[in-house]
Amino acid sequence: MIYTKDLTKTYNGTTVLNIEELTIPKGQSFGLVGNNGAGKTTYFSLLLDLIRPTTGSITSNSVVVSESEDWKPFTSSFIDESFLIGYLTPEEYFYFIGELRGQNKADVDNLTSKFEDFFNGEIIGKKKYLRDLSKGNQKKAGIVAALIGNPEVIILDEPFANLDPTTQIRLKQIIKNLAEKQGVTVLVSSHDLTHVTDVCERIVVLEKGNVVKDLETNPTTLKELEAHFGSSAIVQEEEE
Amino acid sequence: MAINILMVFFALYFIASFSALGFGLLFLLKEMFPEQDAFVIANNYLFYWIIGDLLMRFFLQKLPVMSVKPLLTLPIKRSTVVNFVLGKSALSFFNFLPLFAIIPFSIMLISDGYETSIILTWLFTMIIVVLITNFLNFIIEAFSAESELSFLPILGVVGTLFALNFFNILSMTSLIGGAFLAIASNPILILIPIAILVACYVFNFKTLIKKLYLDSSLKSKVTEVNAADLSWTKRFGDIAPFMQLDLKLIWRNKRTKSMAMLLLVGVLYGLFFYPQEIYREMTFMSAFIGIFSTGFFLINFGQFIPAWDSGYYKLLMSQNIKYEQYLRSKFILMVISVVLLFVLGIPYVYFGYKILIAHFAAAIYNIGVNTHVILWGGSFNRKKIELDKKAAFNYQGTGAVQWLIGIPLMLVPMGLFGLINWLIGFGAAIVFLIILGVAGIVFHKRLMKGITKKYLDSKYKMINAFSQDS
Repeated sequence: MIYTKDLTKTYNGTTVLNIEELTIPKGQSFGLVGNNGAGKTTYFSLLLDLIRPTTGSITSNSVVVSESEDWKPFTSSFIDESFLIGYLTPEEYFYFIGELRGQNKADVDNLTSKFEDFFNGEIIGKKKYLRDLSKGNQKKAGIVAALIGNPEVIILDEPFANLDPTTQIRLKQIIKNLAEKQGVTVLVSSHDLTHVTDVCERIVVLEKGNVVKDLETNPTTLKELEAHFGSSAIVQEEEE
Repeated sequence: MAINILMVFFALYFIASFSALGFGLLFLLKEMFPEQDAFVIANNYLFYWIIGDLLMRFFLQKLPVMSVKPLLTLPIKRSTVVNFVLGKSALSFFNFLPLFAIIPFSIMLISDGYETSIILTWLFTMIIVVLITNFLNFIIEAFSAESELSFLPILGVVGTLFALNFFNILSMTSLIGGAFLAIASNPILILIPIAILVACYVFNFKTLIKKLYLDSSLKSKVTEVNAADLSWTKRFGDIAPFMQLDLKLIWRNKRTKSMAMLLLVGVLYGLFFYPQEIYREMTFMSAFIGIFSTGFFLINFGQFIPAWDSGYYKLLMSQNIKYEQYLRSKFILMVISVVLLFVLGIPYVYFGYKILIAHFAAAIYNIGVNTHVILWGGSFNRKKIELDKKAAFNYQGTGAVQWLIGIPLMLVPMGLFGLINWLIGFGAAIVFLIILGVAGIVFHKRLMKGITKKYLDSKYKMINAFSQDS
């Protein structure tokens, strides 16, 4: 499904990402973990063609993302608040994304109604602009918007950050459900090792732009990850 | 950087104007009122000065209260924080600007033979009055924040004072003027304005210390949603979602909203010129005014495409959108504005039918040529705009592009029109503008293709530039 080959990204002579080869099969829930500056967001940005790779390429569903735009109809994402349009209400935002993805209002309403629990009554019908919502509620709106239009690939950067515990648990169920039952490829990054191990079938650890671990999740994975990050008391770099 | 340079430029401009006023006022008054005492006249006009100052401040000056948020958790007394905020406001540019007029005026008066002690007392009183206005404004603003219609308190205060004076119920001009003269000749009376200043300060202090909490004055404002029915955009087919987005963008953000208000300025722009005989005779002027007035929205909105969307540009770029649709929505909006402004400007026919013809040609030129030029220029925009920032004196997003684009947009058509008008005649010049405009409309599809490609080529650069903090 997503095939990365010889991918590097260099800023002023510093290589921030260097992946020789990485294959993510269809329907996998894929987790990316690493400290600040490990290259998680850089990888996702490359995957969405928001930055240009220095060398190499990413192929998604046999489309080279930096050469064609044909990956857009089946890919959706929520990276950060710059994916929200602050002066719209959540409903208007969902409808707008829906129209871009060929969904009418009824389709969108139908989808968002499934997330009433997740929204906890704080998103729909509140007559508030997205810019006036709390960080957590903004994130909820952004994540659900990324599910509109039956995407085959969903990319979520740090989806658990800023969410309250109940919502975190609900989000985990949503992500699991997407990958297991609907065959959606879900890419998630996180700083929280417990969450990723709960949700993802496979976890890749990035360190200073390199893949240092590629694990199939099993009951000992969390221990292994904790040991890895605990021992490597490396100097952290600031995230770009 | 460009923003700061522009602000410095404006500041220097105002300083220069005020200094010129300060030095020139004495001569001016002597010329206009030869048989009266210039100093007395000046004092009589102080009422208008104070009212104007108050109005200006209300719209442009805000208490720098947000800057104290980080101080709240530090071991500093609340009263110290409040004093700091109020003291900081006293150092505002608005308080220094009047000095550039007051001090030169005082020097001129002394050199003209007025008694130094009187003038110095007057000067000192003026400085106190400037500070009173400063703190009075914040009191008015505090009341405004509580009322629904925020302009009401200031209009109430200013309107009442003005009406009292205008209908001779209470002559504010001579009252204020008399008060200043009395203080100048009897320095002990200066204690009265000082007392007023202290009272204003204390009032501000008391209101502010009560409000210095995260859930009152330090709370960021939550605006009510205003939803309008935009279903009429559906007739534009596949660009409807973008048009709805653009209309909401304009209507729901401070800066774009005040820009939309400029439509009115566009309509009225001709009134600056046409009532004067001299401009009516210069026929080429009407082409310039026509382009400017029918293109007012086009220029103000168009020059910041796509920076208006810079806050969520990454979203747009990762979504399944056709760039061409995105741009065409902006194009249609600009065309609508040109047509609207032209129709609203039809009454200018009162000043001569030639003006209407020139405006028509200019509107066609705007639709056919300038829309494309400004869209093309937008692909060079590399400065982001934060929509939630204030509207007045905001030059965020302004760069070299905004200056350079004016050349093809305004100067070229004006120059060509003037040249043909001079060489052949008015009719030929009109036809020329219309032909250029029609050519632009005919080749619209092809031009848009080229422009779209230009945007696609700058995609990464724009994404990078728009995610930088300026």
